[in-house]
Amino acid sequence: MKRYSAFAVAREAVRYHQGWERAWASPQPKKRYDVVIVGAGGHGLATAFYLGKNFGITNVAIIEKGWLGGGNTGRNTTIIRSNYLQDPSAAIYEKARSLYETMSQDLNYNVMFSPRGVMMLAQTQSEIRGYERTAHANAYQGVKTEFIGPQRVKELCPIINIDGPRYPVLGALWQARGGTARHDAVAWGYARACSDMGMDIIQKCEVTGVRQNAGKVVGVDTTKGAIDCDKLAIVVAGHSGELAGMAGFRLPMESVALQALVSEPIKPCMDVVVMANTVHGYMSQSDKGEMVIGGGTDGFNNYTQRGSFHHIEETVRALVETFPMISRLKMLRQWGGIVDVTGDRSPVITKTPLGNCFMNGGWGTGGFKSIPGSGWAMAELVAKGEPGPLAAAFGMDRFKEGRFIDESVAAGVAH
Amino acid sequence: MLTLDCPYCGVAAEETELHGGGEAHLKRFGPASSDEDFEGYLFMRENPKGVNFERWRHVNGCGKWFHAARCTMTLEVFGTYSAQTTEPPKALLAKIKKKRPQWPGYGAEK
Repeated sequence: MKRYSAFAVAREAVRYHQGWERAWASPQPKKRYDVVIVGAGGHGLATAFYLGKNFGITNVAIIEKGWLGGGNTGRNTTIIRSNYLQDPSAAIYEKARSLYETMSQDLNYNVMFSPRGVMMLAQTQSEIRGYERTAHANAYQGVKTEFIGPQRVKELCPIINIDGPRYPVLGALWQARGGTARHDAVAWGYARACSDMGMDIIQKCEVTGVRQNAGKVVGVDTTKGAIDCDKLAIVVAGHSGELAGMAGFRLPMESVALQALVSEPIKPCMDVVVMANTVHGYMSQSDKGEMVIGGGTDGFNNYTQRGSFHHIEETVRALVETFPMISRLKMLRQWGGIVDVTGDRSPVITKTPLGNCFMNGGWGTGGFKSIPGSGWAMAELVAKGEPGPLAAAFGMDRFKEGRFIDESVAAGVAH
Repeated sequence: MLTLDCPYCGVAAEETELHGGGEAHLKRFGPASSDEDFEGYLFMRENPKGVNFERWRHVNGCGKWFHAARCTMTLEVFGTYSAQTTEPPKALLAKIKKKRPQWPGYGAEK
């Protein structure tokens, strides 16, 4: 792989850009791999990357039904934060956030990580108490956050109306090291690094069955033929239930649609990410100038990657009070992604009833921010067969044992 | 917008008047049951990509709970029926089977 650098840009500039090579190869699948990963989204690719980087396992195939990063990796609002209440969540999300800080250098691929700061508005008295509690928990966990007052909110984000009649801004949980990154670049950067390590990324290849023998996985059937494997990692977000069905076990998950939308591009007006969880809306400004807006999930199971229109109305209506200047903005695009939500709103990184099959899913509405940490923890689970310290609490057996990682209250709805 | 016919008051209810109640026909296991059964009742869900039976409440209407059969792939609604039953009506199952010959049938995944 040729390295990307300022020198390379200069060199190609005088060669009419003829020397750039393809970022990753698109090979036909081999007959057998040490590890087959189903799902070439951020989490699947990160799992592959850390399998190679941390454990030297490079005979790996990453199989994708659609195209690389075409699922939720390309359908989120790119927010990165780690201000979670519970210790296991804070640990894995903080790991992810810290890996994002050096990701561009680690991958030699500019993922445009922008630690611009994330603010979660407190608009009710109970939210103030909740976020103060989270700030104290974060201090104990080593995650740098603070609870700030409304005047500081106004300084950090001048377009906020802090005196709204229905939902005045009473304060905020501020994480200065949170921010955003370019979501496609995260998938592309990992794919390029994986391909460089000799891994096969096989796109447009749907898994149609999980072949088993004596309680173990021996391979997968795909639309490009059968592929044998020693270990199988299922990292497919919204379709976790489908794959688990093929493998013959059930999951504590339901799939729902989560929507986001962007406005027409406007001049720079806010350089932080603002989340307003009481009213189910969050907003940031992309480098192109579009206001990127996310809302809540629909209240019913759905695999269509379309959400309900009235949710957009609710989200935008709520945000207009807090950001009066967006009332005349035209909305440009809207899209939905299928997220799998667990009973306690925390993910599973887990062993399964099949000894050599591992599962990573249930990230719900918080998948993008966790990509590197999730990949790091999943790679350790797949390589060693047992979860490491990051993944230990996220086993699926926690539902049977009542050992929940309850973030549904702590994180509000926007997650 | 999703529209479901409320089998109690007869109104063609829009999504904004309804509240989803999750998977239908769960068999209830109490504290005296085994850990597996209790976990299954509380957390494990079919979550099918296709025909799904679910509970709904006509919350901004007559307030009654009812059942609906719906496709999670196409959002097609096959029909709604009373909450006072432990399984879908036979006529509705036949109707779905006629529309979706590939569908393995109610309870096939359990």
